[in-house]
Amino acid sequence: MHALPAHVPTFGLGLRKPHYPDFLDGEQPVPVDFVEVISENFMVAGGKPRHILRKVRERHPVALHGVSLSVGSADGVDHDYLRRLRALVDEIEPMIVSDHLCWTRIEGFSSHDLLPLPYTEEALDIVCANIALAQDMLGRALLIENPSSYICFDDAPMREWEFLEAMSRRTGCGLLLDVNNVHVSATNHGFDPEDYLAGIPADRVGQIHLAGHSRGRALLIDTHDRPVPPVVWSLYEAALARTGPVPTMIERDDAIPPLSELLDELAMARRIACADARRAA
Amino acid sequence: MSLLALQRDVRSWLAEESEAAAGRLGAGARPGLDVYLNNYRSQLIACLGEVFERVRLWLGEERFLGVAAAHIDLTPPSGWTLDAYAGGFPDTLERRFPDDPAVSELGWVDLHLAEAFVGADSPALDGQALATADWDGVVLRVAPTLATRLLVTNAAAIWSSLSAGTPPPPVEHLPEPRFLLIWRKDLLSCFRTAEPHEAELLDSAAGGAPFAALCAQLIARLGEEAGVAAAGTMLGRWLGDGLVVDLV
Repeated sequence: MHALPAHVPTFGLGLRKPHYPDFLDGEQPVPVDFVEVISENFMVAGGKPRHILRKVRERHPVALHGVSLSVGSADGVDHDYLRRLRALVDEIEPMIVSDHLCWTRIEGFSSHDLLPLPYTEEALDIVCANIALAQDMLGRALLIENPSSYICFDDAPMREWEFLEAMSRRTGCGLLLDVNNVHVSATNHGFDPEDYLAGIPADRVGQIHLAGHSRGRALLIDTHDRPVPPVVWSLYEAALARTGPVPTMIERDDAIPPLSELLDELAMARRIACADARRAA
Repeated sequence: MSLLALQRDVRSWLAEESEAAAGRLGAGARPGLDVYLNNYRSQLIACLGEVFERVRLWLGEERFLGVAAAHIDLTPPSGWTLDAYAGGFPDTLERRFPDDPAVSELGWVDLHLAEAFVGADSPALDGQALATADWDGVVLRVAPTLATRLLVTNAAAIWSSLSAGTPPPPVEHLPEPRFLLIWRKDLLSCFRTAEPHEAELLDSAAGGAPFAALCAQLIARLGEEAGVAAAGTMLGRWLGDGLVVDLV
């Protein structure tokens, strides 16, 4: 088993292009404890992306968050992808390496989307084998994030939290708990988010994501294009009561506001985490 | 249904909008499948629109979206990185606009500038290497991001105008085709046109021909004195441009 990252109360933001000048050129480092980047954006041969990441790494710890590992692919994970990710890991020495409980590729087709899995024993075997291989090739434990989903496979015998618990227990991987995704999937599929939080192994949660969502025609959509809404802040508080302090990060991928607005949201996360810590003391 | 069968059905829905496949995924799945289909197509459109920004400006939004949608229908993505999806689009542009080569040439420029942006780094050329080079045997190491193509139109001038936000010139067919060189110097992707003989010499250098062999080609074409002088001028320009990154 590979060791999981330490549980520490740190607070970070995603590194997005509009904020590059803030992170690179400011006289003082941006007041975050860590920066999270999308791994694939930097799994390139060279040029400006790698240069920027090296510069940011000089100032901040970095978490690598992937979207293309595809741990749910029935035909296995891509070894070339893992070799490139390993090269990036070796250079950047990230505090966390994570990806999603989903599949993106099958038999040479790549959807570039986080597609849902049926929570069956067969899928569990496949996911666990893929995660084990990935962790061996990367030489470290992964954190696997719960996805937002828009399809529920009715005949699947496990609930998502049961699947995550079994996956974590069998592979030793940690969990990246996306609180917004819990809310989105709970609303879309009609389960109680408190049941979800009670069902996951809280001691395996190594990071928390916070984000906003939108209402589509029939479903909530995980759009990451607006501030964290009150319902997600409440769920964050409930999650912290179970997990204790863990690195928390605000995700914004569209309609990206000035950095100061995201820092205000991060301050809110700090206040909630501090209040939770005082209650626990 | 096995996981593999399920994943094949989702692929058929996304890539072919197969109603049969969608039906096998369950009646209640349709709203969610529509969300995934929208995500899939909009992400690919966004990728093409970002890489082929000058093509989009040149064609206009509606025509660009039409070509991009047709490309997505015919060419499902296969690489793990979305960046790789842009690679086949200039061929689609060539097929869609067979009588308007400026469009695919613009696409080629957009694509290769984007590829050079993330291409392999080159170490800075050691000035000492120039001073101590054995010019009879030295081989020029060409920038690993270099791409060359023969252009038949003024697509390079159109690209520059579109990038600068100035009115682009009308399409002109060049009196003689010219090569376009694209590469990256330090962190900056750049391009310039080149006469065919310069592009051939660069190709030879990239293929491992020693500098002496390039000189011999120039001497054969221009004569001893002019050929040697031209070799010196050319090498100076290649070094200044960052087209030559090392001497080995």
